[in-house]
Amino acid sequence: MDAEMTVVQEQAAEAPEMPEVLVSVRDLKKHFPVTKGALRRKVGAVRAVDGVSFDIMRGQTLGLVGESGSGKSTIGRTLLRLEEPTEGTVVFDGGDMAELSARGLRKVRPRMQMVFQDPHACLNPRMTVSSIIGEPLVEHLSMTSRERNERVEELLGLVGLNPEHANRYPHEFSGGQRQRIGIARAISLNPDLIVCDEPIAALDVSIQAQVVNLMEELQDLLGLTYLFISHDLGMIRHIADRVAVMYLGRIMELADVDSLYDNPLHPYTRALQSSAPVPDPAVEATREKIVLEGDIPSPSSPPPGCVFSTRCPEAVDRCRSEVPVWREVSPGHGVACHLVPAI
Amino acid sequence: MTEPKVHASREVVAATASGAGPKHRSLRGDVWRQFRRHKGALVGLCAFMFVTVASFVGPYLMPYDAVEIDIKMRNLSPTWSHPLGTDNLGRDMVARSMVGGRISLLVAITAMALSVFLGTTIGVLAGFFKRLDGVLMRLTDLFLALPVLPLLLVIIMLFRDSLRATFGPEQGIFMLIVFIIGITSWMQTARVVRGEVLTIKQQEFVAAAHSIGTRRRNVIFRHILPNCLSPVMVAAALGMAVAIITESALSFLGLGFPSDFPTWGRLLYDGKDFINLTPMRVVGPGVLISLTVISVNFIGDGLRDALDPKLRSR
Repeated sequence: MDAEMTVVQEQAAEAPEMPEVLVSVRDLKKHFPVTKGALRRKVGAVRAVDGVSFDIMRGQTLGLVGESGSGKSTIGRTLLRLEEPTEGTVVFDGGDMAELSARGLRKVRPRMQMVFQDPHACLNPRMTVSSIIGEPLVEHLSMTSRERNERVEELLGLVGLNPEHANRYPHEFSGGQRQRIGIARAISLNPDLIVCDEPIAALDVSIQAQVVNLMEELQDLLGLTYLFISHDLGMIRHIADRVAVMYLGRIMELADVDSLYDNPLHPYTRALQSSAPVPDPAVEATREKIVLEGDIPSPSSPPPGCVFSTRCPEAVDRCRSEVPVWREVSPGHGVACHLVPAI
Repeated sequence: MTEPKVHASREVVAATASGAGPKHRSLRGDVWRQFRRHKGALVGLCAFMFVTVASFVGPYLMPYDAVEIDIKMRNLSPTWSHPLGTDNLGRDMVARSMVGGRISLLVAITAMALSVFLGTTIGVLAGFFKRLDGVLMRLTDLFLALPVLPLLLVIIMLFRDSLRATFGPEQGIFMLIVFIIGITSWMQTARVVRGEVLTIKQQEFVAAAHSIGTRRRNVIFRHILPNCLSPVMVAAALGMAVAIITESALSFLGLGFPSDFPTWGRLLYDGKDFINLTPMRVVGPGVLISLTVISVNFIGDGLRDALDPKLRSR
């Protein structure tokens, strides 16, 4: 893992005009214990996130893609310390998140917010929209109720909702509108970082674009930094500056969005890309598709060697015994695969 | 694709409806509007109000006293002057039922409040704080395993006299009965509430509250508690019924209120020996108990619906 760390550090040092690092994650692990029997004996662990390192630059968007169960959401939650990390460090704007006490954590909370996946579950059904959006203001600022109402109306306008609807309840809104309410809540305290945990996965396709565009506008307007978790490669390409591809709790490939989409190095990235349909029937009919066999292995007993070796169409013997080391093949483009030739 | 349409039309309707009105609707107004729509709850509320007013105001309007003995008039069948007849000592049953209602209702409401408070507190603590879960749930099991009647006997034997000496015979026994009913009936509520809290705790809006940095106290009071209101409402309605019936059983065992101090349960048990002679002696208090329990259940039902914003908008 040392090698991995130095590589990432070098990467940060090499690039000349690299923007400031806002979040720096090193060797992050999150294992959920598996217990059995009446005595809750620990019999194993689900390695949801198993040694992940990446940086998020201020003002940029890091896309995190991978299929279900690859640990994307766990990374997001661990980053905000909604889950305690098992190992590793998360440095947010120079301070180590893992070492913060409950009180210290509460002070950092306003600077990092989250937008959730399920617009139906992420808003308290018994609170009005104004109290939902106003909650962070109540918790962290001492505002009069008039100031708060003004701020709530401003925020509602900012996310494209009618400020007159402030006294309605969440169920009176559609999915897209609720997601906007969730976004308004997330930006109410002017955070630096927003973790977007599949914010568009539960929305209609027609609404997805609206919400993503709104998020981009807000990013420009407020200088936000996003960690954008999704399984939608097309959407990631649209919104992200850099993309990390995850598989079974590890990052397989991390690169700038253009270099990842134009020149995917990892077999898994290529497979993911070929699974996305192309909006041209002629191309779609003839293009070569890589179809992966089988299912993603259980994170409680990941395969030895490369975790992708059980499904990789190009796997060789070495892949099944030796864990591939993280390597940077070109500036800003890292991959964990034995088969990618070094430059 | 039909869902957005429906929403849109509803919104248009809502917009036109609220366009003229004031911008801020009050929560209390909303709740009352929805409550009125529940017919059963409205009828229940009327019945409950009627019973309550009759119990607390009625005795002042009656020409008879509840404890006045008139041996010549004993065991009368219902007549216009004695609609529920008289008992074996010639006391008017309507007057006795009214006075009895005071104690029964007071005991029921206070005992229910105590039981729901205990049950909800323990349920929320056990559900929210994983560390307390084991201890509190084993405590709940322990209370469930206690045989209630022997426990009551022991408690009453131990504390009755000292409480009577301190607070007077009526208040002393009132506090004792409320306390006993309260601490022997909170366990079901605690279990149901714990289960509900465990579910709600996993929902995303609670994670959202944590990520905002909401204090744990506020997470509980703002997010968890309001969302487990429906089982609490049901528990409260059932708890009142249980309290009335337990109080009756206690009075029957001679452990409740003194016999010259009527409660519905007491009247029922005193009257049961005369059921062939003067059946109205039993029917009257029995119907009152049932009426109260049913109306409270309906009120609870209506209140639960009215407090749920999802049902409110329909």
